[in-house]
Order: sequence, then C-alpha cells, then structure tokens
Amino acid sequence: MSITTPPALRLRGLEKTYANGVQALKGIDLEVHHGEFFGLLGPNGAGKSTTIGIITSLINRSGGSIEVFGIDTNEDLEGAKRLVGVVPQEININQFEQPLHIVAQQAGYYGIPWREARERAGECLRWMGLWDKRATMSRTLSGGMKRRLMIARALVHGPRLLILDEPTAGVDIEVRRATWSLLEEINDAGTTIILTTHYLEEAEALCKQIAIIDDGRIVKNTDTRTLLSQLVTETFVLDPMQALAHAPALPGFATRLREDGSFEVDIARGVGLNKLFHALDHANIQVSSMRNKANRLEELFLGLVEESKERAASTPRPNEVTS
Amino acid sequence: MTKLEATEGQNEMAPDPTQPDSTKPNATRPDPMQTLRSVSDQQRSRLSEGWVAFATTVRREIHRVVRIWPQTLLPPVITTCLYFIIFGPILGDRIGLMHGYTYLQYVTPGLIMMAVLTNSYQNVVSSFFGAKFQHHIEEMLVSPMSSESILLGYAVGGVFRGLVIGAVVGVVALLFADLPIVHPVLTIAVAVLTSVAFAFGGFINAMVARNFDDITIVPTFVLTPLTMLGGVFYSVDLLAEPWRTISYANPILYMVNAFRYGILGRSDMPLAVAFGVLSLFIIGFYLVAVWMLRRGIGIRS
Repeated sequence: MSITTPPALRLRGLEKTYANGVQALKGIDLEVHHGEFFGLLGPNGAGKSTTIGIITSLINRSGGSIEVFGIDTNEDLEGAKRLVGVVPQEININQFEQPLHIVAQQAGYYGIPWREARERAGECLRWMGLWDKRATMSRTLSGGMKRRLMIARALVHGPRLLILDEPTAGVDIEVRRATWSLLEEINDAGTTIILTTHYLEEAEALCKQIAIIDDGRIVKNTDTRTLLSQLVTETFVLDPMQALAHAPALPGFATRLREDGSFEVDIARGVGLNKLFHALDHANIQVSSMRNKANRLEELFLGLVEESKERAASTPRPNEVTS
Repeated sequence: MTKLEATEGQNEMAPDPTQPDSTKPNATRPDPMQTLRSVSDQQRSRLSEGWVAFATTVRREIHRVVRIWPQTLLPPVITTCLYFIIFGPILGDRIGLMHGYTYLQYVTPGLIMMAVLTNSYQNVVSSFFGAKFQHHIEEMLVSPMSSESILLGYAVGGVFRGLVIGAVVGVVALLFADLPIVHPVLTIAVAVLTSVAFAFGGFINAMVARNFDDITIVPTFVLTPLTMLGGVFYSVDLLAEPWRTISYANPILYMVNAFRYGILGRSDMPLAVAFGVLSLFIIGFYLVAVWMLRRGIGIRS
C-alpha cells in the first residue's frame, strides 16, 4: 500500500466575481507539489493577485475549494493558515514600527510566545541582512529592504508554503539577484514556493514548474523545461561588421532587416547554429555580435496568451446565434 | 481627533555591536529554516495560540498609545483641565448649586466620562483605520487569529487609553473640586463598561470607513452632540417637555448619570436601566463587529 502525500496546494474550480460584476477567476484548477518552486505568470489583470488573495484569505472566493497540505480551508481555515506565509505585491508594513517589532508581532499573531517571537524575529532579520536596521523606523528603509522585511515577516512562523506576489517588482537588479538567491535557499530548505512575477527571466531562472493564467483561466501548466521545449523557433539579432541595406538572403532561414542595420534571423528548433554560421560565411557576411531577440519564455508566454485570446474570441457566447 | 501616527517615538534598542554589520541578505548562515520550526509542528493548543495572539495585539496597542503619548494622552487632559478652569472659578461660582453640589462637582463626573468614551472610541477607530489604510491589517488577516482576538485586542487598547485618560483627568479634577466617590467599585465598573462599549463602536466605525473623513463623521456629528446633550453639563430634570423625554433616548445620558451616581451618589436615571443600556450596547456592538470581521466587510474584497 502506498502512502500519497497531499499536494502543498490544491485549487479546484476557484471562481471569483467582484461586486462590480467583473469575473476575475473562471474556475482555476491547480496543484502545487511539496517542495516545488512554482511560477504563476500572466498579464496584468489575468487573475494572479486575485488567486493569491483568495489562497491567503484576503479576498473572499465566489466558488471552488482550496486545500493546503490536505487541509480544506472550508473545514479548517486556521489550520491551513498556519502553514502559509505570504509576501504581498504592495508594501504593507506598518511604517511607524521598527522591523524587529513588526516581525515579532507577526510571530505573535501565529501564537508564538513573545520571548520566542523576538528570537525568531532576530533570526529572520539576520538572515535577510536587516539586523542592523532592526530598531530603525521601517518607513526609513529602502524599497529593497522593505521587500526583505516582508519576506522576513512571512518566514517567522516557519511556513511550509511561501507565496510571493511579485516580490522583486520595482527593485534594482542587485537586490533582485540577492532576493533570488534567498528564495532558492528557502526552497532548498524544503519550503514550497509559489511566485507570481512579471519578470519572465525570473520565472525561467527560479521556477521548476510554471502555470500561465490569462483572463481568469489557466492556459498552461507544465514544468519549465517542457514549456521551453515548445518553442518552435527562436529569433536572434545579429550585428554585422558593416550595416546592411537590405535583409540578407540566407537559404533555410527567414531574415528581417532592422532600422539600425542589424538583422533578425529565425532559427527553427532542432536546427544547429553551425548551419547559420555556414550560411553567413557563404553570403560573405561578417558578424560582430549575436543575441536573443527576447527572453525565450517571454516569446512563449506572448504566444500562449495570444492563442488564448484568439480561442476566447472564436468561442461563441451563449446568447450569440451560430449558423 | 487623533492624527494617524505622524510622529513616533525614538528607537528603543541600540545597535548590537557584536552582530555582523550587513545590510545585504545573508545567504551564508547555516540553514536558518532549521531554527524556524514551523508553528504547525509545535504542540500548542489553539486556545493558547489565540491567547498569545490576543496578548500580542494588546501589547502592540498599548505600546502605540504610550509611544505617541503627546498625541494620545496629553491633548484630552489639557482640554478637560480647561473645562475645570471655566466651570470652576470662572463660571461655576456664578451658577450656584445643582442638586446640592457645586457646579464643578456636578459636571466633573460627566467631564471624566466624556474623556473616557471619546478616547476609547478614537483610539480604536484611528488605530484600526490606520492599519487598513497602510494595509498592515493584512498581517493579522493572513494569520490564524480569530475575529474575536482581533476585536478584543483592539478594544483593550481603546479601554486602556480611555481609562488612563479618565484616571489622569480624575486626579486633576481633585485639584479643583471635592469629589466624595461614594461608590468606588461602581464608578470603576461604569467607566470600564462605557469604555468597552465605545471601543467596540469605534471598531465598527473603522471597519466601514473608506477614508479619513469617515472616521471623523461619527465623533463630530454623533458622539459630541450626544455627549453634550447627555446630561454632562445639566440635569435632565431642568429640561422642559418634550426635550426631557427626547433626552431619554440618548444612551450617553444613562452612562453619565450612572458614573455620577458612583462619584456623588446622585443620578437622574435608575441605575438598573443604565446597566441595561450599557450591556445592550456592549453585546450589540460586539456581535456586529465580530460578524463584520468574519464577513470581511470593509477589509476583504
């Protein structure tokens, strides 16, 4: 007899219709397994933050069910909340409190006695590199420090599932990279992580599993490698030693001239770059540099969202007459 | 009206020189997640966790009141002292006796009660609305805290502020007037119950408030008129009909008179009715506030 571990998170038919009639979620089904680093991607207004809000009970759902490590939130919401830590998109710390108090109070809300709460808070602040700032007013912290303070606050009760809603939005690249390292460390320690982000490079770098949400529906849910393997073509930008007047004719490759004299080449999946270099040699074009036109995941993401919109547009509405 | 914490106290803790001076995330520590054992692994009863969460909220609220004392404690004391000066040496001697007491003796219980109820109300409304406005109320909403713990935690903060101000005003009043305090236990009981009722009322106001105007409407247009017309400055026996009968619909009239009975041994209203009104308001406001919290009215989409 095998013992099956319940997933860290299971959403079934999650629906949300706001008071103004906007249907933000149209039946989300999702499973996030224990220990995963899961990315939830989608354009603005797709339903990412609504999904996170419902999971963390900041938004009331209209339908569906949520299970956290097998605990149904309809039956034991408090038990489920114990297992979850959340870092919201907006800065939501008390600007007039000190970081040590903010984090220790959060531990207290989870029932951790004050002395232990302060020890845990100190531990979290040291981990996030904020120990020296523990007694300063939180409104004086930089944007990156406030983000780290929110991560410290979310970790203080030792959650098994950490949910981060765009944790690196608006922070500089150095802080973003440092945050990535932290998140990887947290995940390596066994905490399941769900991340929503606008930075697709972030999802590609961190997430082992990715779901794409658009218009309140999951349009793709697979592991990152499989998702990237679905790329049919990749586009590269090549800078010639001498600016070109027109797109070069390279047999087997589609090319387009760019305004700055460089040109784009589409390379089908499975076609080696050597073939391109051979074609360039044959056409006597010397190239000084070469780069990806866009992030690979970004290309795929845009394609999937576009596909989803086209499908939605072609689906007849219930009150439409079809012939 | 208490402003949202515009100025705050100084840092309480000096930096620890023994700790590494790092302002970058520290990825070299040995597995901090081992230290941060999950609360779900610890053997604590939910009752004990609920108590700790409640105590944490109380500690935070009391800390807030004390930390910003120039905004929370000082202004009402100064205002009430001005009342004592005006109704004592300046006007009181010209008004003469009221039911056998000097005018200052007669109005002092009402002035103390006015300070208690307005400050209990304002503390909760400003603190909870401030938390909503800055969104850090979400800290509590994502935690397993019960609605009751949240409400009672805020209410105790309001009661603390109301009673501290009431006590300070009472001590100052003793400098101006001779107060016999005929029934001390009753006096304290009425002050506490009134404070609780208005703390719950402030909580409901904060929940439905959408902007700063909404937290000033009730104190300005409801609380102040009801208090001024609630027998603080006069006996309802002096009113002609229909004003006397209309005054009986004012709940604050009963609270002020019960408190006056505790201090002077004289009330315009039956004590049992006063306690009945207080109980009704406490239970009613409590149930409404808990229902609103559970439904997420004003705090959840």
